[in-house]
Amino acid sequence: MSGLVTVAYIGATILFILALGGLSHPETARRGNIYGIAGMTLALLATVGGAVTDNYVLLIFGLAIGGILGIVLAQRVQMTQMPELVAILHSLVGLAAVLVGFANFMDPEVHFDGVEETIHNVEVYLGILIGAVTFSGSVIAFGKLSGKISGTPLTLPGRHWLNLGLFLLTIVVGWQFVNESAAGIGSNPGLTPLLIMTALALLFGIHMVMAIGGADMPVVVSMLNSYSGWAASATGFMLSNNLLIVTGALVGSSGAILSYIMCRAMNRKFLAVIAGGFGTSGSSTSSNQGAVEGEVISIESAEVANLLSKSKEVMIIPGYGMAVAQAQHTVCEITKVLRKKGINVRFGIHPVAGRMPGHMNVLLAEARVPYDIVFEMDEINQDFPSIDVSIIIGANDIVNPSAQEEPESPIAGMPVLEVWKGKTTVVLKRSMATGYAGVQNPLFFKENTCMLFGDAQDTLDAVLKKL
Amino acid sequence: MKIGIPKESRDGEKRVAVTPSVASELNKLGFSMAIEASAGHAASFDDDMYLVAGVDVLTDAKKVWFDSDIIIKVRAPDKEEIKLMRSGQVLISFLWPAQNADLLSLLAEKGITTLAMDSIPRISRAQKMDALSSMANIAGYRAVIEAAQHFGRFFTGQITAAGKIPPAKILVIGAGVAGLAAIGAARSMGAIVRAFDTRPEVKEQVESMDGEFLLLDFDEDASGEGGYAKTMSAEFINAEMELFAEQAKEVDIIITTALIPGKPAPALITSEMVSSMKPGSVIVDLAAEQGGNCVLTEPDKVIKQAGVSIIGYTDLPSRLASQSSQLYGTNLRHLITDMCPEKNGQLVLDMEDEVIRGATVVHGKKITWPPPAPKLTVLKKKEPEKPSVVDRASDVQPKPSKLGPLLGLGVAVLGLFGLGAVAPPSFLEHFTVFVLACFVGYMVIWNVTPALHTPLMSVTNAISSIIIIGGLLQISSTEGTIMWIAGITIFITSINIAGGFAVTRRMLDMFRK
Repeated sequence: MSGLVTVAYIGATILFILALGGLSHPETARRGNIYGIAGMTLALLATVGGAVTDNYVLLIFGLAIGGILGIVLAQRVQMTQMPELVAILHSLVGLAAVLVGFANFMDPEVHFDGVEETIHNVEVYLGILIGAVTFSGSVIAFGKLSGKISGTPLTLPGRHWLNLGLFLLTIVVGWQFVNESAAGIGSNPGLTPLLIMTALALLFGIHMVMAIGGADMPVVVSMLNSYSGWAASATGFMLSNNLLIVTGALVGSSGAILSYIMCRAMNRKFLAVIAGGFGTSGSSTSSNQGAVEGEVISIESAEVANLLSKSKEVMIIPGYGMAVAQAQHTVCEITKVLRKKGINVRFGIHPVAGRMPGHMNVLLAEARVPYDIVFEMDEINQDFPSIDVSIIIGANDIVNPSAQEEPESPIAGMPVLEVWKGKTTVVLKRSMATGYAGVQNPLFFKENTCMLFGDAQDTLDAVLKKL
Repeated sequence: MKIGIPKESRDGEKRVAVTPSVASELNKLGFSMAIEASAGHAASFDDDMYLVAGVDVLTDAKKVWFDSDIIIKVRAPDKEEIKLMRSGQVLISFLWPAQNADLLSLLAEKGITTLAMDSIPRISRAQKMDALSSMANIAGYRAVIEAAQHFGRFFTGQITAAGKIPPAKILVIGAGVAGLAAIGAARSMGAIVRAFDTRPEVKEQVESMDGEFLLLDFDEDASGEGGYAKTMSAEFINAEMELFAEQAKEVDIIITTALIPGKPAPALITSEMVSSMKPGSVIVDLAAEQGGNCVLTEPDKVIKQAGVSIIGYTDLPSRLASQSSQLYGTNLRHLITDMCPEKNGQLVLDMEDEVIRGATVVHGKKITWPPPAPKLTVLKKKEPEKPSVVDRASDVQPKPSKLGPLLGLGVAVLGLFGLGAVAPPSFLEHFTVFVLACFVGYMVIWNVTPALHTPLMSVTNAISSIIIIGGLLQISSTEGTIMWIAGITIFITSINIAGGFAVTRRMLDMFRK
């Protein structure tokens, strides 16, 4: 029987790898998702058949209610709320890791000796630790993304020392936990340090994400994604289950790579993002960057429509503002009208546009913008000199020329979309406020930039009508 | 306040300072307006159109001149017209204060505050009121049209049944606003266009208009203040003249737009060059009013010398009266809008404002021309910064220390060694699987297209709920607590599994061509 289970696990592992591999292209991705579902079903059936001997009612109820709830959630969620959904789902993985860890710890049937016991205890400890950080961190991330908690970074005085203290404390408590449970003192040896550590880890998760601001969320979401994988992996070690280890490692490295891509797209060090705040850690440059002299040219919707219909090459650069204004459908309508007139409309997506990796692509896909006109920054950045009109919808830092022109700027060196090289740029914005980095954007003062103030949804509607 | 728009009195001047559409904009600012009858006729705006736009049409020119608080015009008023004005009025028009010192003193004597459209500083903020650029743009376009009229051939090359027609070759000297407009117009008619300018930085602009920039192999930059050119050294001029002489033999049309502010136009085309040109060639001299870039140019006339037509019109913008009135009027409106911040029909003369200060040549009874030198903050700041930028760039990227990765590698090797020495085989087996899985993950994930990063996250989320196996292994426990904990685990992870896969599917279904 156990041989069959192992073979099924190998099958599931391969299916999971195929599921991730399928995502290299939208066409193969759908099939990839089916592989994933198949892998999960296979793993579940094998485990249920191989390990479960009792309490079927509870099992089936848990699976059924949870499954239905999950599907309902998935059907109801708005595409703009995807980051929140992903965050809250991460928290569930973290919570599950904590629960499995405690259950395993309390299980009297699990027994090891000598080094093996120490290793097992460390595995339990780590599994719960990572799980708890993932859980509380994801809950806070969910709160921030859904607006229930303010998006501004909470920077406690001496927060780096606080983090370091928490870290050291968990090591000390861990030491104590391993010793206590090895010695077998009391009725529940080691439970107290384990609970203390869980509380510490929860605190650490909260504090870590509270210190991170809105636009760094892509990094945090992908980091939590990674953590949820490592939590699963640690649980796998604890349960000596290779499928868990492999799957956890796959997810963990996926999240880690995403975090890396996001950090590179902002030209920031991963640690600097995690340490929280922007520009607060290294320098005080942000204050003297505010003053950019010049006058802003504002423009009316009708003129934008006129401008668009006379152009040949149009580039649309969406940012988080488009998600906030829910303007993606109007954008798509405008795109359709323009394409019918023979105008080449393309979309340029910065890797960190929005609140999670790929956020903009999903929104545009929802509005039925064909994905073959949606391009990544690196694919289209050299095309801007031939662009007649670039439309920037609710984006700021990702089109800021000071990243290239001002070595003093807090965002210096960040890769940006070089819209200012195009002939005309229209910026849709609610006000002249600065972006997340708190840096004034000289783009708005360039001679070939016009500002269209107002809610993107309203102004774009007006543009569409005029077209 | 009341704005008066008198008819332009100069012979052949067809423009009008305000068009009906500009008038209705000014109305919105709270100004009342009166126009002299038939002032817009020559530019194809008749009196009825002005009436519709809310402008009083007066037949009595004197009333327009005397009753208004603000007089706006295209050309500077002549002495007779100034006599019709009264103290305290504001005049806005082209004035050329450098050439018209006597007009200036006359206006100051009468106490007429005067804003010269030609004296608006050429800074980015004032571009929208830069009437010189507007007019230069039109002049450049019109110069090509005039050239086409006097040129006996097509501009564009064609291959017809009746034989091959070569394209016209055009040389544009001076790539300012007028020059660039000429390049654009000539290119779009199909000619081969070359351009020359003493300022090498305009090369890009010329090329952006699809013209070919003639480069002189000579190291001297002519960029003067305010975007104009300055006078060049003798060596440079010699080299330049050689280039022109060579080009003159080859090209069919020469359009010259070279001007240096406050000085007579430089003589660039000699009579030898003219006679070396092919018969039927055309020279359009946009600098005719300032003496001409061609020595043979006669202002306001077309002359024929050695078969070459030399056009010296000085009223090119006026020859496109409707267009130039519209642009001039819009420039004026922007100026007035800036001077009327409250939108209450009152003109505020803010002498602290660089643009207003520059434009105001007479303030009350005082001549305020020339204004203090414009602050070219942008250009001046940039230069000293450059070297420091280079320094910093080399500071920012120090060569990555080779020690760092080596150290990391050492620690990793030691760690693995320690692990191998202590850990039991069962752990190491799992550890092998773990490390291999990390590598597989690394390889696979880099292939994921960035567009699918969100689905990637939701599908990995679903997959990481494989942690449900932990719950499944524990649910059959005989201990109540463990059973219930396992039940909860199964419940929440199945939310995740179903939710993750379903939402991924939903998203992926949306991605379509």
